[in-house]
Amino acid sequence: MTDLTDLTIAQVISGLSKKDFSATELTKAYIKNMQNGRKYNAYVTECVETALKQAKVSDEKYLNNTARQLEGVPLGIKDLFCTKGIKTTACSQILENFVPEYESTVTANLLNAGALFLGKLNMDEFAMGGSNETSFFGPCINPWSKDVDLISGGSSGGSAAAVCAKMCAAATGTDTGGSIRQPAAYCGITGVKPTYGRCSRYGIIAFASSLDQAGPMAKDVTDCAILLKHMAGFDEKDSTSAKIEVPDFVKVLGSDIRGLKVGIPIEYRSDKLNLSIAKAWDLAADMLRKRGAEIVDISLPHTKYALPVYYIIAPAEASSNLARYDGLRYGKRIDGNSLDEMYINSRTAGFGKEVKRRIMVGTYVLSAGYYDAYYVKAQKVRRLIRQDFISAFEKCDIILAPTSPTTAFAIGDKSMQSNPINMYLNDVFTVSVNLAGLPAMSLPTGLCEQGLPIGMQLIGKPFDEETIFKTGLALEQDANFKRK
Amino acid sequence: MAVDNQTVEQIAFLSRLKIDENKLEETKDEFNKILNWVAELQEVNTDNVEQLVSVNEENLFCREDVVKDGNIKNEVLKNVPLSEFGYFAVPKVVE
Amino acid sequence: MAENIIKTQNGEWEMVCGLEIHCQIISKSKIFSSASTEYGADANENVSFVDVAMPGMLPVLNEECVRQAVKTGLGLNAKINNRSVFSRKNYFYADLPQGYQITQYEYPLVGEGEVVIDLPNGETRKIGIERIHIEQDTGKSIHDINPKKSYIDYNRAGVGLMELVTKPDFRSAEEVGAFLKKLRSIVRYLGTCDGNMDEGSMRCDASVSVRPLGSLDLRPRAEIKNVNSVKFVMQAIDYEAKRQVEVYENGGSIEQQTRNFDQNTGETKFLRVKENANEYRYFPEPDLPPLVLSDEFIESVRNEMCELPDTKKERFVHELKLPHYDASVLCENKETAEFFEKAATGRDAKKVANWVMGDFFAMLNAKHLSLENSPVSAENLGALVDLISNNIINGKTAKDVFAIMVETGKAPDVIVEENGLRQVTDTKAIESIVDAVIKENPDNVAAYKGGKQNLMGWFVGQVMKQSKGTANPALVNQILKEKLG
Repeated sequence: MTDLTDLTIAQVISGLSKKDFSATELTKAYIKNMQNGRKYNAYVTECVETALKQAKVSDEKYLNNTARQLEGVPLGIKDLFCTKGIKTTACSQILENFVPEYESTVTANLLNAGALFLGKLNMDEFAMGGSNETSFFGPCINPWSKDVDLISGGSSGGSAAAVCAKMCAAATGTDTGGSIRQPAAYCGITGVKPTYGRCSRYGIIAFASSLDQAGPMAKDVTDCAILLKHMAGFDEKDSTSAKIEVPDFVKVLGSDIRGLKVGIPIEYRSDKLNLSIAKAWDLAADMLRKRGAEIVDISLPHTKYALPVYYIIAPAEASSNLARYDGLRYGKRIDGNSLDEMYINSRTAGFGKEVKRRIMVGTYVLSAGYYDAYYVKAQKVRRLIRQDFISAFEKCDIILAPTSPTTAFAIGDKSMQSNPINMYLNDVFTVSVNLAGLPAMSLPTGLCEQGLPIGMQLIGKPFDEETIFKTGLALEQDANFKRK
Repeated sequence: MAVDNQTVEQIAFLSRLKIDENKLEETKDEFNKILNWVAELQEVNTDNVEQLVSVNEENLFCREDVVKDGNIKNEVLKNVPLSEFGYFAVPKVVE
Repeated sequence: MAENIIKTQNGEWEMVCGLEIHCQIISKSKIFSSASTEYGADANENVSFVDVAMPGMLPVLNEECVRQAVKTGLGLNAKINNRSVFSRKNYFYADLPQGYQITQYEYPLVGEGEVVIDLPNGETRKIGIERIHIEQDTGKSIHDINPKKSYIDYNRAGVGLMELVTKPDFRSAEEVGAFLKKLRSIVRYLGTCDGNMDEGSMRCDASVSVRPLGSLDLRPRAEIKNVNSVKFVMQAIDYEAKRQVEVYENGGSIEQQTRNFDQNTGETKFLRVKENANEYRYFPEPDLPPLVLSDEFIESVRNEMCELPDTKKERFVHELKLPHYDASVLCENKETAEFFEKAATGRDAKKVANWVMGDFFAMLNAKHLSLENSPVSAENLGALVDLISNNIINGKTAKDVFAIMVETGKAPDVIVEENGLRQVTDTKAIESIVDAVIKENPDNVAAYKGGKQNLMGWFVGQVMKQSKGTANPALVNQILKEKLG
């Protein structure tokens, strides 16, 4: 008998509709994997009972033919999405016991489509990190680990690991500087960071407002397309969400990519790039060429400045976004003799090291005297970075690049721990996309010498996720990556 | 443009965070590493370049002036560490 | 402008003052959330998840707040900026839930403008407006319930505010008073703010410095915070200017600072050294794209505007031939002006003005009534003036009729008929009363004829009394004179 948790969402929906199995059976199978996979530390909150209740409702809907489009599909939710009545912590001690009385728009959309939630997934604290090691609940372990425990990537490490270890059919993630794509790459799954404004940010705990974007993380390209269709859409509760119709991404899947111009950014070809990743990149370009796509060299001259720009803007916005965690209205409070003392005590105890570091950097770059040199300068270079992409897209339709310069590394890696900048450097191929607000996908195309997944990134024009999906599917078919 | 201990403490206070005295040096060094690293931007010529604050190029939309929220006191106070008489309670604020 | 000089034994000084005025915008819902702005609800009732800055909550701008601020800008002859940008002003305080206030910094909604103020001596002066921007109000901390704790109520958090900044154009407290009254009158006319300083819907901070007369330099200023009436603002500014002069003359110096006003002593007191503007770490609000207004939108707001006090006053003077003073008094408040105009239509406006400003205002005052609760309608007051003009009743009877109108709310003609108060203008009827009075009082007739001319008043009184006040006094006088010779 096939393991139900091997099925993709597309297969699950077909099986449920044909009554090959029930939503309850499916949910139980996932719950079993969750229990067996606790060693990965992917879930920080499990919602087994409510999930089973929801599955029962779904089964009834299939029986009386009122099933919705994602009816009975068991999902995992990154703990950055506020879920009504379910603890939502951003994996921070400061929100350790926070239970929102409201639902984020993205998760509400998924619930309305019939999906059910198995629980909340581990992540870097407030999504600040690239390894899931800054989580208050401890690191999430990459299911590809052999003798040493490897990081699952971050910040959406729990989402990537849970999908990889079949502890949910798919998961939600958020991506501020690579937080969907990089863990997807490290865990050998597919993840999409949509165009800024495609998904509502309402109810998603903010890290850096001008960069944050929610997206799907799933077993394959088709599942991402199915999920994104339901997650996305204009929301009057988010002034930055786009009033643009959401296409049916599934419809473009399988269409021809002949004549498609695929750009290869020359600046991404550095000596530091892991050799097997460089090879995988060439291979991927070849696969697309064989399908009739045209491979063209493009230049993104300001690439080397993307990381400094990102590490000014993101902390600046974060320092302000995280000011609300003061122990007054919700979250951890440690009393003091004055209001300021209470603030300082609560925040000092409630935030972890990396979060504090970024709050302070953000506070610094916004202070008068430094504002122009750092923040304003960064926003200007940000425009140049976006301009690079606009120019590049005059020569190509889509960009192909690796997701990360390395594959998954060990938890507690010395060089990463000794200097925060070493950790930041892993975001080198992902942050520009956020700064420019573009859509991008990471999908696994092969393994490195150590047998760990390599992710390739497809970057598209604003609101042109469709080209990403059809190219992604072509690459997925040709790469024939064996999921864990 | 190196940051000194005093600046680190001042930034910490502005952020309402406290740094242990024995961590001050370390924090300062890390801070300076990051600031030196991002200072690389200074070499980019940005004359006549406008800031890009948001990639969103649409105009701000407005909502209609209709009351359809509020009256959810219980929900609003649900997660409060301390509440008395329907207020949020904190240590005495002295102006 | 001699009165603006602060004279001491040692020299002459001049005050330089500018204002920052926070006006609560009249709107049903808050500026960035859909919770009610209603005043007086139980603690934390008019609060949404956005207002208490729950994680993941986002601001959505209320169009009415934009409209109201644009309207106010147009009312102050100010430039409306087609593009404005929201910014975050970052600071920690209990009544500021987000840890930042959403406001506008570099690019305000409204730019420079100008207001003409009328001074008590009849002169006018122009005061420059620097800008108006829109922002969110804070919650309220309550300190007097528990000795060890402060309580926070976020009902007010997120109510829309217009912050109006003037140029440092004021040279006396009197000018400030005239400006505040003018501003209040304009926003009330426009319906953009109710202008009640005592309730805090209009709050004024004044920046005061002094300099030797003739000097053009600007010295460090003291900002006096949140004074809650026009009178107190004037007192505070006067006190502060004199205090600074004294400091300088004693060889001292003034540091930029924030001061409180004590309304019991009339003094300002040092609060803190002006916080460094650095600490606010303003930056553009990433949750809200720039606000772009089309010319059509601005025009549509302009078309909604009512006649403003200055224009109305001019019209009352030119069209209704009212004296300047009357027009000013009647136009200070829109409802009064409208009441007056309704009452005056088709009549002698000056006579109506006398009634409105005289007996009518006195009645409202005595009874502590507002105009909208007046028992006497504009139509009835106009009808009363008609009865006098048409000699149906005389001035004295009119006062009695007015008193009955106040009590009963009835129309004056009904009252006149019901009480038989119609003025007697029939010469024969008056003659017969006069004859009776002469016949009944031979002694006084003799005394009058003997030279006691001042008895005439007594005779008039007798006739009026017997006619129950309905006789036309002019006719009575005339007939008595004839009969008594």
